[in-house]
Amino acid sequence: MNAVLVIIALVTVGAAVVAMSGRNLLHSVLLLTVSWAGVAAFYLWAGAEFVAFAQLLVYVGAISMAVLFAVLLTRRSRDDVAAPPASRSRGIYAILSGAAVAAVLLAAVSLAPLSSAPTPPPSVTVRQLGDQLMGPHAASLLVIAALLTVALIGAVVLAAGGSPGNPEDEP
Amino acid sequence: MSHLQLCLAFSSVLFAVGLTGALARSNSILVLLGLELMLTAAIMNFIAFWRFGPSHAPATGVIFAVFAIAVAAAETAVGLALVISVYRHQRNIRLPEANRLRG
Repeated sequence: MNAVLVIIALVTVGAAVVAMSGRNLLHSVLLLTVSWAGVAAFYLWAGAEFVAFAQLLVYVGAISMAVLFAVLLTRRSRDDVAAPPASRSRGIYAILSGAAVAAVLLAAVSLAPLSSAPTPPPSVTVRQLGDQLMGPHAASLLVIAALLTVALIGAVVLAAGGSPGNPEDEP
Repeated sequence: MSHLQLCLAFSSVLFAVGLTGALARSNSILVLLGLELMLTAAIMNFIAFWRFGPSHAPATGVIFAVFAIAVAAAETAVGLALVISVYRHQRNIRLPEANRLRG
């Protein structure tokens, strides 16, 4: 059981590292899709099938396509997908701060008094989940629905709108 | 290391990778993807504690994770719209050039 988790973690983190250090924007987006699929595999491994399929649908299906569209819409020429790395000092500082955060988090995780007793896997069926969503969590479901509506309308207005008097909007 | 600690270490490393990417890159789409990676790593903790932590309510972690994924989707949509809007004004999506508040 541990070996499966380690393999999933290696694939996910490896894809994320290569994506974040790559020079081609399209390759980065596709590798991050692999990384999100690895996270979905982690959810499946942990027994949260519903979340795994939500992750697949939302991240691997929708967000990756939206990001690909954004990459293709914002390139200046046909081959303009190069993402040159920033200055060397900035990269070094970023890696240093990332390593510091990782060290603090890993130390906290390894020192925390977490119970290591094997727990029985909590079983939750989709039916129970639906009952919970429509029962005690109905208010938060409505809030999420309103948030998604507002965010998507706002995204359309931001991306498509332009003030009519702006000369840069003229073709 | 117990299972819970392995899961938390996995998500910590993923968070650090996302943070490094968001700090190091100057392409705004890559910065946004780094933020997404950090958010995903945070959501993984809900599932890890739901599966291996002391359980009280059987479905709370799953429901919280689903809501967090929905919020992440909304955040990405707005972020990409901002990227496209910046590109319309600046013809460029590099962050160091996007330093004007008026279009």
